[in-house]
Formats: sequence, C-alpha cells, structure tokens
Amino acid sequence: MRRTLLILRRDLRLALRQGSDSFAAVMFFVMAVALFPFGVGPEPNMLARIGSGILWVTALMASMLALERLFQNDYDDGSLELLALAPLPLEAVVIAKIAAHWIATALPLIAAAPVLALLLHAPAEILAPLALALLLGTPTISLLGAVGAALIIGSRRGGVLLSLLVLPLAIPVLIFGVGAVEAALMGLPARPYFLVLAAFLLAALPLCPWAAAAAIRQALE
Amino acid sequence: MPWLQRSTLGLIAAGLTLGLFLSPPDYQQGDSVRIMYVHVPAAWMALFCYTAMAGASAAALVWRHALAHVAARATAPIGASFTFIALASGSLWGKPMWGTWWVWDARLTSMLVLFFLYLGYIVLAGAFDDRERAQKSAAVLAIVGFVNVPIIKFSVDWWNTLHQPASVLKIDGPSIDPSMLAPLLLMAIGFATYYFWVLAIRMQDEIMAGKIRALRLRRAESEAGDRSS
Amino acid sequence: MTRFTGDDVACVRGERTVFFGLSFQLGAGELLLLTGPNGSGKSTLLRLMAGLSRPIGGRIQWDGEDIAAEPERHRSRLQYVGHADAVKPQLSVKENLGFWASLARDGVSPGAAIEDALAAFGMEALRDMPSRFLSAGQRRRLALARILVAPAALWLLDEPAASLDDAAVQALDHALQSHGANGGIAVVSTHIGLAGETATRARVLDLTPARARPVVGTLA
Repeated sequence: MRRTLLILRRDLRLALRQGSDSFAAVMFFVMAVALFPFGVGPEPNMLARIGSGILWVTALMASMLALERLFQNDYDDGSLELLALAPLPLEAVVIAKIAAHWIATALPLIAAAPVLALLLHAPAEILAPLALALLLGTPTISLLGAVGAALIIGSRRGGVLLSLLVLPLAIPVLIFGVGAVEAALMGLPARPYFLVLAAFLLAALPLCPWAAAAAIRQALE
Repeated sequence: MPWLQRSTLGLIAAGLTLGLFLSPPDYQQGDSVRIMYVHVPAAWMALFCYTAMAGASAAALVWRHALAHVAARATAPIGASFTFIALASGSLWGKPMWGTWWVWDARLTSMLVLFFLYLGYIVLAGAFDDRERAQKSAAVLAIVGFVNVPIIKFSVDWWNTLHQPASVLKIDGPSIDPSMLAPLLLMAIGFATYYFWVLAIRMQDEIMAGKIRALRLRRAESEAGDRSS
Repeated sequence: MTRFTGDDVACVRGERTVFFGLSFQLGAGELLLLTGPNGSGKSTLLRLMAGLSRPIGGRIQWDGEDIAAEPERHRSRLQYVGHADAVKPQLSVKENLGFWASLARDGVSPGAAIEDALAAFGMEALRDMPSRFLSAGQRRRLALARILVAPAALWLLDEPAASLDDAAVQALDHALQSHGANGGIAVVSTHIGLAGETATRARVLDLTPARARPVVGTLA
C-alpha cells in the first residue's frame, strides 16, 4: 500500500511538472465541445437536447488522447521494467498509475463539464447528475483505457490504435452515462443508471489492472 | 482439406436451393425472408468465430502453444467477414422491411460493435514489428473483448428499448416452420465447415511462412558466420 | 556454497534460438562477467535472471528454489540496471534516486543511503540539479547509484560501463568489490573489459554463438 501510494505520488508529481498531456486533454475537451454549435447550429433547444451526448462522447475521446502514453513513457526510459521488478505486485503499480492519471486528467474534465453544459444550454438541474455520472463513469474508462495502453506498448501506431481498441469496449459506459443525464433531463429517477455505472466500475476495478499487468509483462518479455 | 471443401460447397448449394427456391415465402415478410438464410447463419458464425478466437487465445496464453496463436490470428479475418455479411444482409433486409438501409436496431448495433472489436484485433495483431509480441497482445485483447461482449449486448439492448419503444419485426421469430428450418440449418453447417476449411488453409499458410522466415534467418546467420570466421 | 544457479537454460526470441544448454553456478560473493558479441544474448540472459522473461527450457534457481516460484521474493532480493537509465528528466537527481530508494526499502527513511550512493559515484554536487540537464555519463552514474540505495543480494548489470568515464568505472569497480566482500552476487554483461581487481576475480561466461554450449570459465 505504501509503495502504491509512492508511485501515485510520483506520477502526480510528474504530471504536475510536465502538465502537457493532461492539460492538452482538457483543452481538447473544451474545444471539441465548442465546435458542436458550429456543426449543428446554435439553436438552444437542439443543443440542450443533444448536450449530454456531446459532452460524454467528447469526454471519452479526450480520455483516449491522454491515455495513450500512460505506460509508453515509462517503457521508453526503462522505468517500466524497474517498476515491474519492484517488490510489489505489478497490478498494484498499474492501479497506482491509473489513479494518478485519473486524478490528473479526468478530474479536470469533470470540473469543466458543468461549465460546458451551460454553454450548451443544459438546464441547471442536470449539472449535478452529469457530474456524478462522469465521476462514476470516467474511472471505468481509465481502467479500460489502461488495458489498451498496455496492449499498444511499443507498437508502430499508438494513439489511433488505442482508440480503435478501447472505444468499442467503452460503449456500455457511454450508454448508461448519457442515460443518467437524459433521465434527469426528463425528470425520471437517474438512480438505476448510477447503480449500473457503479457496477461497471466494480467489475472493471479488479479485472482491468489484472489484464493490463498481463499485457505489460508480455511487453517486457 | 478436400472433404471440408466438398462438404462446404455441397451444404451451401443445398441450403441455397432449399432456401431460395423450395421454401415458402413468409406470410408477413414475403420473399425478403430468404435473406434470413444467409443473415442468421452469418450472425451465428460471427459470434462463434469470436468465441473460437478468444478460446484459442486463452489456450495460447495458458499453455504457450504457438499453434493456438496461429489459429486465433487466422480466425479473425474470417469472423470479421461473417460479421460484415451479417451487417450487409441485415441492411438489405431492412430496406424492404423498414424502408431504410439502416436502423439502430439492437441486434444490428451489437453486430456493428462486434465488427469494431474484430477490426481492433486485426489492427493490433499487425501493429508490432515483433511477431511474438503482436500475437500475445492480440490474445489479451481477444479475451478482454470476449468478456465485454455480453456487457455490450446488455447495454445495447437497454439503450434500444429506451429509444425505440415500438417493437420492430424480428428477423427470426421464436417459432419457425420446418420448411424454413431445414435450409437454415444446412446453411449454418455449411458456413461452419467453410470456416474450418478456410481456417485450415490460413493456418497452413501461416506455418509455411514461419518456416520460410526461419530458413531465411538461418541462411543469414550462416552467411554472417562465414564472413566472421 | 552455491546460491544462484542456472541449469541447462535455453532461450528463444521470436523464431531464433539465442542460446541453449547454458549453465552457471554462483556462490556468495562471486562475480560473473557475461561476454560475447552483440546479439549473443547477454541482455536476454540478464532479463531471464531478473525474472522479466522466462526461459523456454531449463531452470534458474536461488537457494534451490526456482525464481519463478516466488517472483516477488526474487524481485526483492535483486537490483537490475538495464540499457535504459530510467531517469525522469522532470525530477531532480535526488528525487529520482529517492523514489527508487523508498520503493525498494521497507519503512526506513532512505536519506542517508541516498547521500552515500550519490557520494559513491561522485554526484553529491548535482543533488538538486534537474535531471534533464545531466549528460549521458551522468545519467548512467545516477542509474548505477540506484543499486546502492537499497541492499540487495543480487546485482544484475547490463553494460554498466557504457558512457562512463575512468573515474566512474573505478567507482563501479569499487562498488562491485564491496558488494562481493559483503557476500553479494553480481552478474555483469560487458563487451569492454572491466579494469582493476574485479576483473581478476571474476568468472566469465562467454556467450559467443560459435561455442554451442557456453561454459563458465575464468578470464585466464
């Protein structure tokens, strides 16, 4: 546990010093969302209707961007093999790196989402469900993305490949994430959606680090 | 595998003759129902191939058997083709039935996602210079994808009922007349033998290619050895 | 007494047999030099010894127990330096070393060990320098200093002398000597001979492919 936190702290410090990846992901999120009114027209009712979908899909894409180098940097400079040789399970290393990545990237995305929702004329009462849905859904996306990031270590085409692998797997999160916000929009209870999102997270929490660790071991072989 | 080839051609010919000419048209769908004899077996095979691919991948990772890797890799394009046939035939069937080429129907959408999963696998398997790494990485992806397929199916069904409350015509009903069942089963078995036939060809190819690579490597090494000594 | 042994080890990379029938026995305090041309499998053997990959045939054992049986126990007894230096340019020299130190050690604050390790490789003055300003040789020294920050019974060093100057090679020599004196085992791959006393007491495993079955011998 102490060692896991150590890696978490180190990754956060690296993200803070470097800033680029996470910051770029948030910038992408903001910009891509801002493009939609140009694409579909600025009509408020229309934007309010499709706003939750836009936010979720764009957040998903932004996460993919930032996840690409989750393990690649450490692999390139040799840190990954040392982490794999450290006296703690590789799964714990993976969890620490995912957690650091989620804090550095997804939390700013979630913080930006309500502001962007207002730009899309979303009614105020969906802001809280939107944030909660993202809070429950983005960790699952990070976990799935970590498996993808581990699979593409050392491959010839990184970024596009990661999206190709992970986006289909993330469809369930997208469906229920948007579902929660739409339910709130129509005044229906959003609780079942939150429960399903939480169930996805609970299922992904043990399985994804295990699969990612297996992929990393193979990459280092 | 001449016997696989013969049975494939025979079964599909018999299935098509029965399905296209000898079976009765559906009382609701008319002659469009005949698309089902291609669509449904293709969809079954799409799922079967993914299962086979994941099973072979798991076997390859657990027992480190090279042939299982080859089988998984050889299955992917075949499965992707079946998925594509299922999608295309579904779309052809949709035009007369729904009046449009594409409907975000739960089954078709799930098939589309399955198609994406196949594509991801194929691209990943070709994305590494190191063959061993490519095989193992793709194997993990196949297993992860396989675990996800039921979750995706469940989510898409939920999403579909939410957005399309009106029940659409099912492409295959729960009860089916024996005159329709016979061609359907013939086609299904024919598609399955086709899969094994092509799989055998592709695996032979792959093994041959491996042997050629090994020979080339040995020649290069012995030449290098001659030069240095 | 032999502690670290390899028995009939074989390794295949891709479709190529790198080596086979390879055996070694190392007792406390012993140093094994791996020699052979590029591509003969020196790094591969070190990775097998570290447990990063597994041999296709044969056994690698520590105190009679296969290293794959208890991977975490094996990892906690070794220090590995690979080709890459694993130095993060965003962190200072001390932060880099401190992270690996606290990751490897149990509980105790590694402060003094870090200072000692920096001193051993002549890096005290660079303590607070951001690592992005380090030269290749300085980064290599920092990577080597890592093996001193936490005690380990087994050192696996892959071309440790690459881009080191004479003074640093001497420091490495010295570190290997005191490691051996404390009963530590080291396996070092090199295509340039290590100078000094380490070289004379070292055993040598020649991986040159012409010798189909590598045997452990001495330099002479």
